[in-house]
Amino acid sequence: MQIRNRIYNNTLYVILSGDLDEHSARDARLTLDEIFEGEGFNQIIIDLSELDFMDSTGIGVLIGRYKKMKDKNMPIYICNPSTHAEKIFKMTGLYDIMPKIS
Amino acid sequence: MKIINEMTISFKALSVNEAFARSLVAAFCVQVNPTLDEITDIKTAVSEAVTNSVVHAYPKGCGDVTINVKLYENKALITVSDTGVGITNMEKAREPFFTTKPDEERSGMGFTVMETFMDEVELSKNGSHGVKIQMLKNFGEVKRKIVGE
Repeated sequence: MQIRNRIYNNTLYVILSGDLDEHSARDARLTLDEIFEGEGFNQIIIDLSELDFMDSTGIGVLIGRYKKMKDKNMPIYICNPSTHAEKIFKMTGLYDIMPKIS
Repeated sequence: MKIINEMTISFKALSVNEAFARSLVAAFCVQVNPTLDEITDIKTAVSEAVTNSVVHAYPKGCGDVTINVKLYENKALITVSDTGVGITNMEKAREPFFTTKPDEERSGMGFTVMETFMDEVELSKNGSHGVKIQMLKNFGEVKRKIVGE
């Protein structure tokens, strides 16, 4: 999978592309942690419009990042999930900790 | 009901094989005309089942995962099995958010996802060792419902 990021108006935008599964999870964790370590933003938006596939391993990755950023009082939002990703998010209650924004 | 087609594949329980496995099963099911949503349901459930074997079945070394798909006119029966260490408490394993590896950032939602995206999911022992997950997906339920109305 590929991860791109940019900062605009104090917001860190992170775009996930490709498949987020067990195989890509480790690299995704490391890359996201590295990006989140940066400065110049006070909120994070994870854009899933280019994500082709995600299973529950992806939920583990996202919840793990939430736990790390919670200590820094850094809110994380989700945008543009696919219908399937949305189903998994609702089922797991992910939106309670990472609200969806349009 | 008559089986229209059937396939069996085996591969090493490596995470790199997950995308291959879910794509292959989805491609095989296309011949009975599922909707795109149904195909994505199958891909997600197969990915969860294979991930279960990749992560848990073979703590020492790397064994095989086998997938069998039986296609019927309007349904698919998918069996994912391994010959690994098995699951100690099968009932507990199916509970939402239950994981034996919480330190690895695992969501514990694998079986819940399978149960949500498939119509029936059965978890059992595969012989004396290992795990067998049987998943049934009915195709075209919505279409038939609309016609029935």
